[in-house]
Amino acid sequence: MKTVSLTIDGKAIKAPEGQKVLWAALDNGIYIPNLCAIRKASEPYAGCRLCFVEIEGRNGPVTSCTEPVAEGMVVNTQGPRSRRLARTALELLLASHPVDCAHCAKNRSCELQKLCSLLGVKLNTRRFRKLVHNLPIDSSCPNFTYNPNKCVLCSRCVWTCRERYGVGVLGFAHRGFDRVVTTFEDKPIAESGCRVCDECIEVCPVGALVFKDGRKGTPGCAEVKSKTATS
Amino acid sequence: MPDTSTEPPVSNAKIVNTPEEQEDNRRRTRKVLKKFNRKRENLVPVLQQVQDELGYLPREAMLEVAEYLKVPEVDVYGVVTFYNQFRLKPPGKHSIRVCLGTACHMKGGYILLDAWKRRLGVDRGETTADREYDLDTVACVGCCAMAPVNVIDKKAEGRVSPTRVDGILLAFKMEKEKKAKEKPD
Ligand code: SF4
Ligand code: SF4
Ligand code: FES
Ligand code: FES
Repeated sequence: MKTVSLTIDGKAIKAPEGQKVLWAALDNGIYIPNLCAIRKASEPYAGCRLCFVEIEGRNGPVTSCTEPVAEGMVVNTQGPRSRRLARTALELLLASHPVDCAHCAKNRSCELQKLCSLLGVKLNTRRFRKLVHNLPIDSSCPNFTYNPNKCVLCSRCVWTCRERYGVGVLGFAHRGFDRVVTTFEDKPIAESGCRVCDECIEVCPVGALVFKDGRKGTPGCAEVKSKTATS
Repeated sequence: MPDTSTEPPVSNAKIVNTPEEQEDNRRRTRKVLKKFNRKRENLVPVLQQVQDELGYLPREAMLEVAEYLKVPEVDVYGVVTFYNQFRLKPPGKHSIRVCLGTACHMKGGYILLDAWKRRLGVDRGETTADREYDLDTVACVGCCAMAPVNVIDKKAEGRVSPTRVDGILLAFKMEKEKKAKEKPD
């Protein structure tokens, strides 16, 4: 495969042509905040708005999960403008997140916690008015629990459910603040054709989909999780 | 007062279709589907035409559409709950639309929405069990000067107050009683 040469944070990098900047960076040990990127997905979802970087010659920051690498490209992952956008996106997520880490199965393996420490945002940020959901928790499946109130709408479980297993039990429904990952007619997951493959729990970056027995999910979707500790 | 309720409109209808009604809905849905080829991009036009045919999108119709277009059922539900034009509940005899556009919002549209919710015992997007009234919201109907506006059976009522809500309901009830008296059978 053809490769291109580019620079990310001053580091000279070679990446396969067509690869997105986000993956090129992650593959080279440079972390860019992200929640919704899925390496194997044919189209980036680009919904979390955390992965902004600055590219020389561009007017404004761009999302690195949608931007293909190019010969001679100079990328800055730490630029103030992109960092500001990422921080605001994170603060908006936290504004509707019921932070309760002490009682959360994802405590210490949660992407929100990692993003907060990386971007210098407090989990209990008060920048935006707090407005949380009050939806019922779904414990219908034998080995996992779904708490929609903690969902950050990253789409990873939805993608995994359909693209990898062709089931398509989970999907997005409703609009605006009410948008939620749910099932047909908001039925309990166990009544919606779920095959309990557990894959969606593995990929959930936060405490929305968790194992009942307290098991931590292993990094499921790509190397996304293992790389986040760096930087 | 802004509406701070965070529950999405629930779809567990108090209104349950009989097996015959369901079969009829399925048949009429299939009739509409015949006009389309099985492409995902037809989802919205299909749903629009099925709703034109049935007046709303019952469960059985959504399932037929999902199967025909080969899209996950939850995606059909996702589209139906995303666009305001789609209804999950059958239309009532009378339609109540509470304007929550900017002007009506400022003039207390939410107070009227609450008044209707209380009087009818249904949430927005729902229909009373006797199928007399369906309640929903709209975003500006173009007569902001009369805010707050309610659109009752397609007719805009301006400067509505909660007392007026009672008045409108009373008028409908009296009309119904009158009709019942005229045709006592
Ligand atoms: S999902 Fe993450 S941030 Fe939210 S309560 Fe759990 S550990 Fe804390
Ligand atoms: S449940 Fe988890 S994986 Fe699914 S969209 Fe929400 S945060 Fe993402
Ligand atoms: S990772 Fe790029 S927008 Fe979410
Ligand atoms: S805002 Fe209600 S009519 Fe314009």
